[in-house]
Amino acid sequence: MVFFKLLRHSPLSARIGLAMVLLNVFAALLAPVIAPYGETEIVGDVWLPSSLDHLLGTDHLGRDMFTRLTYGARNTIVIAFATTLLSFIIGALIGFFAAVIGGWIELAVSRIVDILMAFPTLIFALMALSVVGTSVVALILVIAVLDSTRVFRLSRAVAMDINVMEFVEAARLRGEGIFWVMRKEILPNAMPPLVAEFGLRFCFVFLFIAALSFLGLGIQPPTADWGGMVRENAGAITFGIFTPLWPAGAIAFLTVGVNLIVDWFLKITSGLKD
Amino acid sequence: MTHLLEMKKIKIDGYSSDEEKWLPIIKGLDLTLDKGEVLGLIGESGAGKSTLGLASMAYTRGGCRISSGSIVFDGMELFGASKAKLRKIRGVRISYVAQSAAASFNPAHRLIKQYAEAPLRHGLMGFHEAEKKAVNIYRRLLLPDPEGIGYRYPHQVSGGQLQRAMVAMAMACTPDLIIFDEPTTALDVTTQIEVLVAIKKITREFGAAAIYITHDLAVVAQVADRIMVLRYGNLVEENNARDLMANPKEDYTRALLSVRSLREERDLSATEHDVVLKVDNISASYTGKANEKVLEDINMVVKRARTVALVGESGSGKSTLARVITGLLPPLEGTVTYGGKVLPPALKSRTRDTLQIMQMIYQMPDTALNPRQKVRDVIGRPLAFYFHMHGKEKEDRIRELLEMIELKPKKYIDRYPSEMSGGEKQRICIARALAAKPDLIICDEVTSALDQLVAEGILKLLQDLQNELQVSYLFITHDLATVKAIADEIVVMLQGRIIEQGVKKKVLEPPYHEYTELLLSSVPEMDPDWLDNVLKMRKEKGIGLKEIQEASVV
Repeated sequence: MVFFKLLRHSPLSARIGLAMVLLNVFAALLAPVIAPYGETEIVGDVWLPSSLDHLLGTDHLGRDMFTRLTYGARNTIVIAFATTLLSFIIGALIGFFAAVIGGWIELAVSRIVDILMAFPTLIFALMALSVVGTSVVALILVIAVLDSTRVFRLSRAVAMDINVMEFVEAARLRGEGIFWVMRKEILPNAMPPLVAEFGLRFCFVFLFIAALSFLGLGIQPPTADWGGMVRENAGAITFGIFTPLWPAGAIAFLTVGVNLIVDWFLKITSGLKD
Repeated sequence: MTHLLEMKKIKIDGYSSDEEKWLPIIKGLDLTLDKGEVLGLIGESGAGKSTLGLASMAYTRGGCRISSGSIVFDGMELFGASKAKLRKIRGVRISYVAQSAAASFNPAHRLIKQYAEAPLRHGLMGFHEAEKKAVNIYRRLLLPDPEGIGYRYPHQVSGGQLQRAMVAMAMACTPDLIIFDEPTTALDVTTQIEVLVAIKKITREFGAAAIYITHDLAVVAQVADRIMVLRYGNLVEENNARDLMANPKEDYTRALLSVRSLREERDLSATEHDVVLKVDNISASYTGKANEKVLEDINMVVKRARTVALVGESGSGKSTLARVITGLLPPLEGTVTYGGKVLPPALKSRTRDTLQIMQMIYQMPDTALNPRQKVRDVIGRPLAFYFHMHGKEKEDRIRELLEMIELKPKKYIDRYPSEMSGGEKQRICIARALAAKPDLIICDEVTSALDQLVAEGILKLLQDLQNELQVSYLFITHDLATVKAIADEIVVMLQGRIIEQGVKKKVLEPPYHEYTELLLSSVPEMDPDWLDNVLKMRKEKGIGLKEIQEASVV
């Protein structure tokens, strides 16, 4: 396996990043097993300090913080992943298509994307979400579409470079259709920059959802998610209680982990050696 | 007497990331060079000639290292010398001329500014002094408008002029040693001769020593006093230029020297009326405007099982003609006829059958093969696409095609392009074209990116395939040696027009068309006196660039 060969020669930073991400995935997958209490179960007083019963204390409603964090990992990571994946499918598909077909279609699509990008994303998302409601599906769709504009720009640029290569011309001369060219000639060669971008975008989406939750338009209570948990417990800061720092720390932890892996991947694909 | 440069037992390694260890590139070579002497380093790609050349200023490319040996330049040991010390020597006493001038100049600065960089940086002279000196050197390098050319940007001068401007840059600090790394390889023969004349003139006038790196023995014979033949990082043979050319001792040198076998005049009467492709009154432009034509009034035919060579320098429109024929560039006017039927001008309105009969092979096998597809997929796709072959039938045919291009199916079928050499990749491209069972294969400079011996193998393969499969070739090239080797008919193009066409014998024998003669006389021959003779001939007849004619006076 190529992956394991690469892993064997990976720098320490990449291994640390991988461990950080795996820890999160592990928590997300096994949340019901790890968590000592139920997701929305009220188990004690408000904002209790850390103890053996409540490892990270309790939140503003008296729910167990550690339990909330493990369940939150589940919601936050799954939604972020689904959103990023969807935005890449939409963005890359249209981006490749525009680059390969060229002409006025490319122009039209590019200008539409420019218009979408002209609005600040957060404001656009707030507006769209207040229209379509705040269900998880709506959240994923809205963010994916907004984010796909960035993916479109990248995949179009990458595909344009590949599109002028002679092997693509050879495929055209053979009479191949546009989707074959996109799938077999462009996509495999565009993978490295797209995967690297995927890692970055994943973090952005993740932070974006946290921001939306913080503003009350993201994942709705009582479902646990890290961004929402920061908001709910923010008041505790004024009392010198550091409960809100736990979910904030979890966000930072995962973001740093993903970025370490992305750095490693960028290094491999760009062929840079030190 | 001490030598200007003395390299002893030089070993250079390159790091292989696949095998994770240092592999030897140069395996203990000695090299000496006296003041004013020109040494030719010759070998195929991978022979280590550039690596050795660069090592003479104690420099290696990324991923390489000099592991042992000594490099003594004018009494100073450079191996292991401090960076500060090397910096005082590089660019001042030893300078370097790279292969691609276009890629080596900064497009954002005027030529003279880049010229003055080294002398200013080393504090040798002020800008105005450098300017004056530049004009002098530009004049000596036979550049047109020596007072003004320095104030142009790199894109405003031609390729040959740019290469000469780079030679001028290397001369800026009046170095003792210049390293020329394939300075004419990327140029047309007609331009190559300008640069050769300039290099020969300037090294003589300034008395500078030079190391001339090339894969072309005929070129190096014109400028070098002594020649070293390298292969796999070892020395094959070393002798002074005339003796080496006159009586080579090693088989490898002899193989490099051997003149390519000419295709015997074939009896062409059998296919005289079997026209495969006919091009009538084609005019084309990239902008769609009639006053910006890149092709004008092109008429030609390709007959069955014949090779038509399309010759001309870069910019003559020969590749554009291929684009018109294949439908990538619909022409402004004129028609392309195949087998008596007029083809639709644009690629997308052509049917699968008409696409199948015409296949293309490209110059750079690296970019012509998808790096993410295995040989099996590359060759298998046309089989599935045109003939709906699947499973074992397809597998058998792929193996059969690999046998035809003389590659072992078992060894190559699961390889990626990056796991093959340039020649092997080009063979895969040929197999891909053959898989479609075409009547006509358009070969766009298919051998110019390959080493001489590899290229000969490819040409031979193409000829064998033609005899076996009765396929026609439209062979686009600027290399007249290739044309002589394989063409039946020749079409000479200049500035978007056909200026001469006919069977090979008629075109390549007197009386010549003036431009054909210029082209022919620009092909370097394996004769150390060739350059001088050509210059004399051109002066007498008054053909070619004025500056070049004048050069023989000096």
